[in-house]
Amino acid sequence: MSENIKQIRVALRNCGFINPESIDEYIAADGYEALGRVLTEKTPEEATKEIIDSGLRGRGGGGFPTGVKWDIARKVESDQKYVVCNADEGDPGAFMDRSILEGDPHSVIEAMAINGYCIGADKGLVYIRAEYPLAIERLKTALDQAREYGLLGEDIFGTGFNFDIEIRYGAGAFVCGEETALINSMEGHRGEPTFKPPFPAQSGYLGKPTNVNNVETFANIPVIFNKGAEWFASIGTEKSTGTKVFALAGKINNVGLIEVPMGTTLREVIFEIGGGIKDGKKFKSVQTGGPSGGCLTEKHLDTPIDFDNLLESGSMMGSGGMIVMDEDDCMVSVARFYLDFTVEESCGKCTPCRVGNKRLYELLDIISKGNGSNNDLDKLRNLGEVIIDTSLCGLGQTSPNPVLSTMDNFWDEYLAHVEDQRCPAGQCKDLIRYEVIEENCVGCTACARNCPVNCISGERKEIHHIDQSLCIKCGACFEKCRFNAISVS
Amino acid sequence: MAKVKSLADLKKMKEKLQSDISLRENSKHPEGMVRVKVAMATCGIASGAKDVMEFFTVNLQKRNVDAIVTQTGCMGYCYAEPTVEVKLPGQEPVVYGFVDIKKADEIIEKYIKQGEPVDGIIPVNYETIDKK
Repeated sequence: MSENIKQIRVALRNCGFINPESIDEYIAADGYEALGRVLTEKTPEEATKEIIDSGLRGRGGGGFPTGVKWDIARKVESDQKYVVCNADEGDPGAFMDRSILEGDPHSVIEAMAINGYCIGADKGLVYIRAEYPLAIERLKTALDQAREYGLLGEDIFGTGFNFDIEIRYGAGAFVCGEETALINSMEGHRGEPTFKPPFPAQSGYLGKPTNVNNVETFANIPVIFNKGAEWFASIGTEKSTGTKVFALAGKINNVGLIEVPMGTTLREVIFEIGGGIKDGKKFKSVQTGGPSGGCLTEKHLDTPIDFDNLLESGSMMGSGGMIVMDEDDCMVSVARFYLDFTVEESCGKCTPCRVGNKRLYELLDIISKGNGSNNDLDKLRNLGEVIIDTSLCGLGQTSPNPVLSTMDNFWDEYLAHVEDQRCPAGQCKDLIRYEVIEENCVGCTACARNCPVNCISGERKEIHHIDQSLCIKCGACFEKCRFNAISVS
Repeated sequence: MAKVKSLADLKKMKEKLQSDISLRENSKHPEGMVRVKVAMATCGIASGAKDVMEFFTVNLQKRNVDAIVTQTGCMGYCYAEPTVEVKLPGQEPVVYGFVDIKKADEIIEKYIKQGEPVDGIIPVNYETIDKK
């Protein structure tokens, strides 16, 4: 591999290269060959072993070994089993599943059929959020084409293996990305998680053994059979093989979708592939793993990204959203933003998550308004740890991560909010003041004319004055002043 | 289209499809076709890729360029949408970013018709599975 090229496209191998609405182009790009070979040349056991050998781990966030998951479902005896594709992408800032379904839907269909053969299922379901109309449309087109070609349906490749796929729509609830909640939602029940065990592999959709995998995980499957498990395992690190797709967003120059081998460092991703921070500002933090993840800082930049390293750093892989923050972002506000999201998305079934996150949010709100005490900081940490320990599902077990990781990495900022009632980044509106710098003011009236609440007074060519009791801290005066006569403190 | 009844069927089909594509794109013969791919995922469409695709389809025909215009999924360059890949017969494909109607016009007139390079090329920054 040459020095400056860091990306390898495995899951995204066809995205942006083939026409997603043409099965012919997919077949020309080795499509359905893996399915054909698995069905005609391998037993389900051998095929499953190949996935185990490849070391592929679930790309939806948890990182559970995919082959092992398949093997468990394969060994359970049942008259009916199901394969489910989890396309309920809910992390703010992550869009790789949508891109794969919009750019290469056949790869997911092919992988689901392989999965069906391995575990002994003849039926697949794609659980996709209704907010992805284009992905749904392309997936439907692809399903029709595959049926027309006989690559779905009965007696596929003349082997007697039957498999077909249906689409199920989700209403966009974050918790439905959790597999038990997803299954409940597909059955027409409320999207609430249930205790594990029993795992879906034992009792899932309609009480039957069900294997649930994420879109990106499926997109990797055909490649493993076409290129071999050994080839796949040679990419990435020992315990996290293959590549990972990341959605770069936030204050970064090259916002977009990238795919790098596991073990690439954050520095390479952000500064080399991502092109660095917007407007030449200073890097402050990167949030990985969405609302379940944490904020990593400068000291983590050289950590190789894989499932275990990210967990150790207090964040997680999640589905692969990466939101980059610069010096102007306030970490208390960031934590509050994610908590706001979790509070909204908590299904309400278990108390720690339903009530605990709400209280966590309230504490953060008090702190960001400058009314917090050191005692509140202690409470924040204790409560966060209790929520992690006692919640029922992955949502609650990870929701305090953004708070705890920002407390670990940006303790000074929390202290500044509490002890000095000051927001170092100048983001918390209740803690900042706009004032006229008298020496610089020339009385041009630009600020007064642009103030939406008319709280700036002063005659033309005389020094102006801001009435603090009326100011809403919108910052309009600061932006409009051409004489550097407005200060923010 | 006939059903794929066996692995041999599929392989035959693949070979035929591949040779069709390579005949179309790689022959140095003047009849070799220009291929334009417009990234048409949600992100591209939101940035105006539909208009750009229509512009290419209509104008390449109007200006007598023998070309195929197709859509693809996301190429990953969200910051530079709409993105368009242009492949001249017998040459490596080139990806352009920030392609609006004006840029599309420039690409047709300069690059496609005369083979002159046009600004705004996004360098290839990944490896494909075949090379690795």
